[in-house]
Amino acid sequence: MSGQDGSNSASRTFTLSGIKRDHSRFKDIVRGKIRQNLKKFISHGELISRKGNDRVTIPVPQIDLPRFIFGDSNKGGVGQGDGKPGDPVNGQPQEGEGGEKKAGNSEGQHELEVDFTVEELAQMLGEELQLPHIEPKGSHEVTTKSTRYTSIHTEGPQSLRHFKRTFKEALKRQIASGIYDAKNPIIVPVKKDLRYRGWSETPRPQTNAVIIYMMDVSGSMGDEQKEIVRTESFWIDTWLRSQYQGIHRRFIIHDASAREVDEDTFYRTRESGGTLISSAYRLCLDIIHKDYPSADWNIYPFHFSDGDNWSSEDTKICLDMVSEDMLPLANQFSYGQVESRYGSGQFFKDLLERFNEQPKVVATRISDKEGIYDSIRTFLGSGR
Amino acid sequence: MVGRRRMPEELQQWQKIARQKAIDAGLDFFEVIFEVVDYNEVNELASLGGFPTRYPHWRFGMDFDRLSKSYTHGLSKIYEMVINTDPCYAYLLSSNSLMEQKLVMAHVYGHSDFFKHNRTFSHTNRRMLDQMANHAVRIREYQDQKGVEVVEEFLDRCLSIDNLIDLNNLGGVQRIPGIPDSEKQPPESTVFKATKIPTKSYMESFVNPDKVINQQRKDFENLQATPKKFPEKPERDVLNFLIENAPLEPWQRDCLTIVRDEAAYFTPQGQTKIMNEGWASYWHAKLMSEHLLSDSEIVDFADVHSGTLATPKGGFNPYKVGYELFHDIEDRWNKGQFGKDWDNCDDYLAKSQWDKKLGLGRKKIFEVRSLYNDATFIDEFFTEDFCRKQRFFAFDFNERTGQNEITTREFQAIKSQLLKKLVNFGQPIIQVVDSNFLNRGELLLIHSHEGQDLRGDYADLTLRNLQALWRRPVHIQTVLETKPTLLSFDGTQFSSKEVSA
Repeated sequence: MSGQDGSNSASRTFTLSGIKRDHSRFKDIVRGKIRQNLKKFISHGELISRKGNDRVTIPVPQIDLPRFIFGDSNKGGVGQGDGKPGDPVNGQPQEGEGGEKKAGNSEGQHELEVDFTVEELAQMLGEELQLPHIEPKGSHEVTTKSTRYTSIHTEGPQSLRHFKRTFKEALKRQIASGIYDAKNPIIVPVKKDLRYRGWSETPRPQTNAVIIYMMDVSGSMGDEQKEIVRTESFWIDTWLRSQYQGIHRRFIIHDASAREVDEDTFYRTRESGGTLISSAYRLCLDIIHKDYPSADWNIYPFHFSDGDNWSSEDTKICLDMVSEDMLPLANQFSYGQVESRYGSGQFFKDLLERFNEQPKVVATRISDKEGIYDSIRTFLGSGR
Repeated sequence: MVGRRRMPEELQQWQKIARQKAIDAGLDFFEVIFEVVDYNEVNELASLGGFPTRYPHWRFGMDFDRLSKSYTHGLSKIYEMVINTDPCYAYLLSSNSLMEQKLVMAHVYGHSDFFKHNRTFSHTNRRMLDQMANHAVRIREYQDQKGVEVVEEFLDRCLSIDNLIDLNNLGGVQRIPGIPDSEKQPPESTVFKATKIPTKSYMESFVNPDKVINQQRKDFENLQATPKKFPEKPERDVLNFLIENAPLEPWQRDCLTIVRDEAAYFTPQGQTKIMNEGWASYWHAKLMSEHLLSDSEIVDFADVHSGTLATPKGGFNPYKVGYELFHDIEDRWNKGQFGKDWDNCDDYLAKSQWDKKLGLGRKKIFEVRSLYNDATFIDEFFTEDFCRKQRFFAFDFNERTGQNEITTREFQAIKSQLLKKLVNFGQPIIQVVDSNFLNRGELLLIHSHEGQDLRGDYADLTLRNLQALWRRPVHIQTVLETKPTLLSFDGTQFSSKEVSA
């Protein structure tokens, strides 16, 4: 039973590296498939609901090797058990005319669920949209120190004593000096045997960014428009998170007046009043002045609206605020106009007219979900 | 590096006992080398088909992904794996209880006995462990030379047709990589040579008259004049045909050979699933209940054993069917319930009390385990009594309700449904009929349609892979929705046209 002949020599040692390589190759292939279809995923809001802590799960169809097989191989067969002709088998629950009628019978069509970290997703997004990396400002000014245990010292506090190294030193010394007795292997460390863990500090540049989302919640912004904003902001978050270590997010909703809210409220609130865009910009500037000194912070105001404003005077105030107060502080001012049936879209035109030559102002029009892809590319494409 | 662990002392003791009891019971097996592995390793081995060294390919990773997730979520657990080599290697999951390990050992000895004696495995390469390792080395070498993705893409193509081998004739073909058989054969003579009956010269004109010789010459010239069809007879082993005749580079030919060899190794195991598992379950039940169990383990054993044989509601469990069939055969041959008298007896009462006390059961099941495969096993021993006792039914997919429904409990219908799944291992029968189709060097395959259509989208993709190997347009003649159809791929586009049968 010892297996002396050479036949099993190949199996004597084996490592897990083989399957790991196959596994990561498989994952690469799946990722490639997702990358190919990223455009579809970007305009789907579905991903956001699948977001865990810092992982996103993406469903993809099972990949398979095609073969000549029978088309109806899953249908029909032989079973054992109770029942009379006409009874359903496989213990399938008898569903009514539900939407998922076909789900039960196609056994070969398993879905794969692939996990991605937010960084991986951002990387794919970056590659797909060919987004430039952002050169952050303020990086030289704010630094943090990170501490890691990297070395061994001969002095230190008892709490950091490295038992194994100390033991080794003591053992070496005892063997060298001939005290060591293999029959009675007692090792007694003396002071010079003691070893301690030592740490070193590495300064890390810390760059911070704040995203200030502003949204028009007046009556003309419907659920469909909000869903588009939600999807856009998910991808903007994903990308900017990959570019900065710390991201703050603030949310402002406005109709005729503006207030700051949490994320959940941001997407749920619906007011019926008129629209004064300047109220939101004023609040935005207040927040920046109060919490985010522009020397240390990369500031990204995003404004989503359907393009209606109360009056052309207010629009003028808004444009002045953007050019005089916002632009000197912010990395980029972004305006996304979500087209709706009720909006005139005038604000977009006014904005373009005023800032045609100003690269720090980026405005896009998003007519439907399919427009999200191009809009994101425009917003993030400048690398600012 | 993760080394496999030898069994702990206690298990080694039990292995000796289990082995001895198996021998006493009449099993004759390849020696079994047991190794204890953790769940991660068992998942790895399972996804590699039991072999620690396989060539690199993503589908192993895919299987591993599926098994790991399924284990993590508590959906499945692999107790054991055996590989059909001499000696047999068997892996025990380290988290099994002692009772489970004993059960698995008994089960494995059943498998090993089956591997050694069943006729289906008579051509199996028992040193496949080495062979697989060699394959891996060769493929890695090609990957180094040609690039990982080039080789992988080619392997995908080969694997896409790896079910097109002749399942009834797997043996014999051992080839040297790179040299197609056709090149080794001497070219056929093109000069006429008369076939004469040897005789004395003065008898020549009587024994071999000119008339006959001239006729022979004429036949020969006719034969020369008509273009020869190649292959002369339809060829079931499409893979082998391509290895010999497709315009492949040496490394490609070798990859295809490797894929064929491995398919030929694994296929017989699929052809004997019901028997093999039934046989192993029969023996683990017998050895455990008669010899290996301690009193305190009986309840747990019953639990695991019934779990192994459990049939999900309306499902089909090969362990269960095989196990019950072996018991049924043993019982029938013990009581003499076979032969002409038995078949002709119409008396229900006499049949139910029929017991000639022949005691031939044990002998019979050993004979059966040697000579049958699943298809012949079911064909021969799946009787009406058995079908009724085991409460079998046939089901079909009901388009209207969108679910599978029981169609009948009628014996003949059930049996033919069951056999349909087993004939040719549930694969379509496909042959090469012409390698010079339309006189343009195109490849024509034919699917012998027996009631089931091919899956359309897969057929298209498979044709595409086949075309990449053959490099000329490829066609397959089949039947789609009762119409004879020719599916074609010419390298750029698919076409499908109706033909007269």
